[in-house]
Amino acid sequence: MAADFPAQEDDLPSVTAATQARSVVVEIGNLPIRLRCGSPDFIRQIHERYAGYVSSSDKAKFEFEIELAPHGTLSGDEDARVTWDSGRWLMERGDFRAEWNPSTDKGHIHQTRSPYSLDSVLRIVHTLLLARDGGFLLHASSAIRNGRAFLFSGVSGAGKTTMVRLAPPDAALLTDEISYVVRQDGRYSAVGTPFFGELARVGENLRAPIEVLYLLAKGPENKIEPIDGADAVRGLLGNILFFARDPEFVKMVFDAALDFAARVPVRRLTFVPNSFVWELIV
Amino acid sequence: MKNHQYVTRSTAIAARALGDETMVMSATNSTLFTLDEVASVIWAAADGVTPLEEIVVNKICAQYDIAPGTALQDAQTLVEQLAGHGILLLSDQPLVPSSVSRKEAR
Repeated sequence: MAADFPAQEDDLPSVTAATQARSVVVEIGNLPIRLRCGSPDFIRQIHERYAGYVSSSDKAKFEFEIELAPHGTLSGDEDARVTWDSGRWLMERGDFRAEWNPSTDKGHIHQTRSPYSLDSVLRIVHTLLLARDGGFLLHASSAIRNGRAFLFSGVSGAGKTTMVRLAPPDAALLTDEISYVVRQDGRYSAVGTPFFGELARVGENLRAPIEVLYLLAKGPENKIEPIDGADAVRGLLGNILFFARDPEFVKMVFDAALDFAARVPVRRLTFVPNSFVWELIV
Repeated sequence: MKNHQYVTRSTAIAARALGDETMVMSATNSTLFTLDEVASVIWAAADGVTPLEEIVVNKICAQYDIAPGTALQDAQTLVEQLAGHGILLLSDQPLVPSSVSRKEAR
């Protein structure tokens, strides 16, 4: 089966290729999601936006049908609302309305033509999928060095993008904005994501065990301090992406944060924004 | 006759003791609370059937050097604040824990 995406719909040589042109499998963190859309042009945009995360396999556990709204019918910059209702997750913001049924693993997205609307839906869906296995998305940049992943977490302006910009050439960028944390066999790993921030660069599709989570602070000198117990959990929970205001979901994420903080070192990294800070990251 | 005050933990929370502190997260709005050592003692003893006054006398005054009247006043302020955030329930009658609802697969 051809893996390359045809440049024009008219070039499609077969029915199989035509089918492919209306769907694409985006796989982040070993969770393949098939996205179907009647617009081959939008599928092409997805291919470009998620380069490096488009699966060559035709198989996908999860499926979403995307319906593009006519121009001007959806808009807004409000916060996303995620609720559990009658066996479905409902996700809504000014620029999209989506639902996902976990019992069928199928969903529907009604959205603007912007790939960023889809990006937001995918972030929400991944928080829901990850929570089932003790994982989460974290406001953090991350990079792999010497086979180990280092996470740099903090609010906007804390230095997430700066840290990965300053990374030495042998460090592989996973993300400058949203770190993808998975739990498997009691261990935590970081996975590359296409979710980027200021750097505007898709992370490398790699995975490595998490060595340390650093909570970032800018200061007059580079130093690392341990953070224990409740402070570590507070720092972690303050940066985990919470979309769903749902009791079961909140409990799962709370338990995940406590477990993570008990297994992974959490440290405060105060740094001056120059490359010398990476001398401490070992 | 003086009314007793009973306290019990809401079921819509996630909580865990960490050292002397207790972290409590509201499951309805994901607000995080950290209870200090003394508040954690009250939290742990909030079983819905032991009057607050008894918790204060047996768990607080027995362990800390504080006058019962002051301790009870502080405890009442605390539980009212926590109740205001929906993570603790207050009643002048014993509170029987509700049965666990069936979970849906999510």
